Amino acid sequence: MSLLIENALLVRPGEAPQANARLLIDGKTLAATGEFEAPADAERIDARGLVATPGLIDAGVFRSDAAACLAGGITRVLLMPDQSPPLDDPALVERAMRIGKPHVWVHPLAAATKGLGGRELAEIGLMRDAGAVAVATGRTAISDAATMYRLLQYAAGFGLTVVTHAEDSSLAGDSSVTSGQTATRLGLPAAPAVAEPLAVARDVRLAEAAGAKLHIRTVSMAESIEIIDRAKRRGVQLTCGTTPAHALLSDRELTGYRTFTKLSPPLRCEEDRTAVVDALRAGTIDIVCSAHDPRTQEDKRLPFADAAPGMAGLETLLPLTLMALGDEPDLARAAALLSGNPARIFGLPGGKLEAAAPADLVLFDPGASWRVDASAFDHAAGNTPFDRLPVSGRVEMTIKGGEIVYRRNS
Amino acid sequence: MTAASEPHLAVPEGVHPFPHDHLLGIEGLKPWEIAFLLDEADRWSNPENTRLREGALTGLTQINAFFENSTRTLVSFEIAGKRLGADVVSMAVGASSVKKGETLLDTALTLNAMHPDVLVIRHEAAGAVALIASKVDCPVLNAGDGAHEHPTQALLDALTIRHRKGRLTGLKIAICGDILHSRVARSNFHLLASMGADVRAVAPPTLMPPALDQFGISATTSMETGLKDADVVMMLRLQRERMQGSYLPSEREYFRFYGLTEERLAHAADDVLVMHPGPMNRGVEIATSVADDIQRSAITEQVEMGVAVRMACLDVLTRRIRGLEGWA
Repeated sequence: MSLLIENALLVRPGEAPQANARLLIDGKTLAATGEFEAPADAERIDARGLVATPGLIDAGVFRSDAAACLAGGITRVLLMPDQSPPLDDPALVERAMRIGKPHVWVHPLAAATKGLGGRELAEIGLMRDAGAVAVATGRTAISDAATMYRLLQYAAGFGLTVVTHAEDSSLAGDSSVTSGQTATRLGLPAAPAVAEPLAVARDVRLAEAAGAKLHIRTVSMAESIEIIDRAKRRGVQLTCGTTPAHALLSDRELTGYRTFTKLSPPLRCEEDRTAVVDALRAGTIDIVCSAHDPRTQEDKRLPFADAAPGMAGLETLLPLTLMALGDEPDLARAAALLSGNPARIFGLPGGKLEAAAPADLVLFDPGASWRVDASAFDHAAGNTPFDRLPVSGRVEMTIKGGEIVYRRNS
Repeated sequence: MTAASEPHLAVPEGVHPFPHDHLLGIEGLKPWEIAFLLDEADRWSNPENTRLREGALTGLTQINAFFENSTRTLVSFEIAGKRLGADVVSMAVGASSVKKGETLLDTALTLNAMHPDVLVIRHEAAGAVALIASKVDCPVLNAGDGAHEHPTQALLDALTIRHRKGRLTGLKIAICGDILHSRVARSNFHLLASMGADVRAVAPPTLMPPALDQFGISATTSMETGLKDADVVMMLRLQRERMQGSYLPSEREYFRFYGLTEERLAHAADDVLVMHPGPMNRGVEIATSVADDIQRSAITEQVEMGVAVRMACLDVLTRRIRGLEGWA
């Protein structure tokens, strides 16, 4: 059985889009693009007005809600090790890999330390062999520099990238916001803004010294971006990501103690937000991930300091990334941020649309406007700070391994 | 008193003097709304007048729900309610349901189901009182939420200053001590800046929050600078648990550099007024001789004004449910 997609605007990561493109899917792989003779019995999909781009790869989620992934055009996720129990054992990694198949492939990130405790190295070699694509420090940074250094050295020996959370633990303490105008006005316990760049600077230097590959999962501040930019220029094996929220919201949104805006890392000031947007466009930031971490009402309907951080993000990853890229978003850049770069950095299949690549793709209408509706989200909790926001860019169809796994209104 | 001499404090024509359902903070109140509450409080600040409107709240139920320990503020609210004739019930919530795992909102719904006519709430988390207020049907008075606001304290401070100085506009006021953790300081910043006072915050660098210019006030780490020509000096209580932590090295060092002594007070105006929200740590933030100086210290007067201010707030906030003309 083959699928023929016609009249699409083909957007490959980092390449000029091609109009009126044809794509032929045969079985689980892409058979041909461009000029080819289509089999007479191929199922035809008229993609007029739609963008065809590789299935999105969400490089950092805390839950892999499959239906929501597919509705958001996501065909692969990198699952954070912060599960219950933490993914610090090969058997747990193997089990995690199976949870989304066949429609969403879950690529587990191995816990860097046992129980994510930040002290003893976990069996990252065995977990790599079990299917882990990288190791991650989890929701928090490893506070002890010596442990972090040894982790980087050890992971480099297995060719594994270390995914870190950039926030100095002792400065962050039990704060829930960034020190500054809003925190002062609201009287909330706040961490100094230097907590992130300090952690970035430390981990970058440690990775450089260890000759290791480092990925900073969520960068949210101008100063951190400067440090990363300089390190990349001198050849450090360094990549970084951010989330749509950190590109679109500043800590002004906390006014009224809206716990849906409580995220990790916390929202920053307006200058930091615009620096994130600039870095997305310039390419200093490699990845946009959703950091999907839905929270129940019990976790959010609390005083701000007591509420849990996190938001649901799968269904809004694509439109919010487009919004962060501006009024006329660079679609090829969006594809790089959402599929090409994650595939390259973590060595995953996908992230490209060419013959013999996996037939993972999404068809979306870049001009379609809709309104975010958290109550319609396809998982347990719909907490998002973007509820009711008008957005552009709507997923019409998601194809995974040659199979149509999501069709809007079907 | 205020309207004639300070026109910006007069309620504009056609504008309601206090259109709010709750008193959750000073932030966002108009200058004339603050002046209105102060004028109302004036009625009860004279002991002769405490009986004038006695019974205004007769038949109404006032619940004081304190999720954080308090003696002085709680007693002040109890007396204020009782003087107005309300049936006052106080519960130390921290000791009961919260310990059993009940969520804050469940506690709020439980309180609401008892049909109080006014709720007075204190909680250790910033924003918690507003969260409760959004879930209950009656007026809510914030008696302190975390390091956010403590509006009745700022009002009673303002009333005390007005009594002693006749005005707030143009006064130089130094607020000194643990600004970082102080809700009293934040409410006072909003109130005093809104009323046109020249406010300076004085604190050691570790206890000074950033971006105080947003309140329209200045910040200094030097007591001498902050106190220079001050008409009013407000000292804040230093929570001793912070002393042993990493904020400050010791009580004696703090007193040496930030304690309010006679010498230091000499930098202020001759007729300076010394205030403290209590409870005081003598020999830590304030010298005994300064605290007990009856000419300059207004500390006991603040307590008196506290009852008057709380009576005014309880009265004003319940006018709607009592169906007073112009308030329905």
